[in-house]
Amino acid sequence: MGAAGAQRRPTAIELSATSVTFGRGPTATPALAETNLSIPDGEFLALVGPSGCGKSTILKLVSNLLRPTTGVVIVGGREVAAKALRIGMAFQNPTMLPWLTIERNIMLPLKIVEPFRSEYRQKRTGEFRDKAHALLAQVGLKDFGNKYPWQLSGGMLQRANLCRALIHEPRMLLLDEPFGALDQFTKEELWSILQSLWLQHKPTVLLVTHDLREAGFLASRICVMSARPGRILDDRPVDFPRPRTIPMTFEPDFVALNQRLRELIVNARSSAPEAQEA
Amino acid sequence: MSVGLRQKLWSFGLIVVFFVGWQLFCAMSGVSDLVLPRPTEIIATLIARFPILWPHILQTLGTTMAGFVLGVGLGVVLGAVIGVSKVAYDTAYPLLVGFSSIPKVAVVPIFVLWFGSGSVPAILTALSICFFPIVVNIATGLATTEPELEDVLKALGASKMDILWNVGLPRTMPFFFASLKVAVSYAFVGAVLAETVASNRGIGNVMMSASSNFNVPLVFACLFILAILGVALYVIFSLIEARVTGWATRKNDLVAT
Repeated sequence: MGAAGAQRRPTAIELSATSVTFGRGPTATPALAETNLSIPDGEFLALVGPSGCGKSTILKLVSNLLRPTTGVVIVGGREVAAKALRIGMAFQNPTMLPWLTIERNIMLPLKIVEPFRSEYRQKRTGEFRDKAHALLAQVGLKDFGNKYPWQLSGGMLQRANLCRALIHEPRMLLLDEPFGALDQFTKEELWSILQSLWLQHKPTVLLVTHDLREAGFLASRICVMSARPGRILDDRPVDFPRPRTIPMTFEPDFVALNQRLRELIVNARSSAPEAQEA
Repeated sequence: MSVGLRQKLWSFGLIVVFFVGWQLFCAMSGVSDLVLPRPTEIIATLIARFPILWPHILQTLGTTMAGFVLGVGLGVVLGAVIGVSKVAYDTAYPLLVGFSSIPKVAVVPIFVLWFGSGSVPAILTALSICFFPIVVNIATGLATTEPELEDVLKALGASKMDILWNVGLPRTMPFFFASLKVAVSYAFVGAVLAETVASNRGIGNVMMSASSNFNVPLVFACLFILAILGVALYVIFSLIEARVTGWATRKNDLVAT
């Protein structure tokens, strides 16, 4: 599953000469320097880098929550526009809607995205609910479908969040530090779940993370970004065999990768003018 | 559960204490019935006059509810427009505040001038007094919706209408019901106010004629009726609220399973 094989697959996400600047004139803050990035279909790409370097900006560009100041963003073969794409998204905060039960929250994408949308009324108590329950069972939340979000712990909500990102079978999954607020053991458990989900369906994944072990465990390719305004400093494939296991993350090869990534980020931080406050 | 029951007992106890105190005060101070009638006398009047009062109660209830329903309709529409659009929020607010600051007593004669005396001015007064809290609450609820909640839908390519329907409005429901409880008592005040100024029917009118005849117990009986109706409507809307927006008012039943 190396970079060489990846080149032959069609491109899922392409940023060409894309940059983002917030504000205008003297107060303008550049968030993302001119960036070129091409992600083939089915790749699991992790973006790592110092805080505030524009990692999340890239996610927002791809999901059309933000428009580029220059350049173009091409997703699924066409320029990102207002039209719906089958994208699944999970943020660091689970952002479940508090007035809906967990299963209804998870079914939300089905209510919005075609072709499910037009069938939502007939299938919400049948096929769609079964689908939600199947996903919940996969992440270890078997009997929590009719609970409300406040009845669940942070880790459970994040599991549910993952289900919501996946229910409409997206070809593209955008994850913004989805496990950032979790304890180490829950994290590791969810990594394994996410890996097996990815191996099953092979969607294109763009994962923003601060956790280098997480990046190494999950990704098939890692991009390191510089401090703000962000640009891509380093781009490398990760060739550890799959399915990867938690003990593998303590083997010498893996630790060496972690150390290399860490150095890159430390350098990126110290070369930035505002690194001290970060 | 037992906490809720105890609270109910306390508030019931407080009501009893209030009326017993009132009764004792009248008996001991020897204050005239023309100034402050005893509660027992008021209740006796209420029961004796009830057949005559009943049509007036219905009249007041009818105008109140008509004004309330129209006010809620208008308030929801205006509030939604103002809440969704930042421009509308900034532009329309001063005008709205201006309107709501006008004492409604001053407006009743104008309504009478336009529509004659009777039910219409009462309905309009109730409407004009009760729609403002609804507008403010709907607008605030929509304007303060967390962008993160909206992003969930936006990232899926949802339209503005989808977002309003699935996030904005449900999120606003607790605000809406809070304002309904206020608005329903405002509507009452408005309707009775208009009846006292210009109507020949309704509780407000009965109160006016009773007080000009120095029938003070009857005036107080009317006040009792208004208070009871007000509480009853408040309770009805609280119950509906608890059903619809229970998610926002969880307290003791929080169990992290």
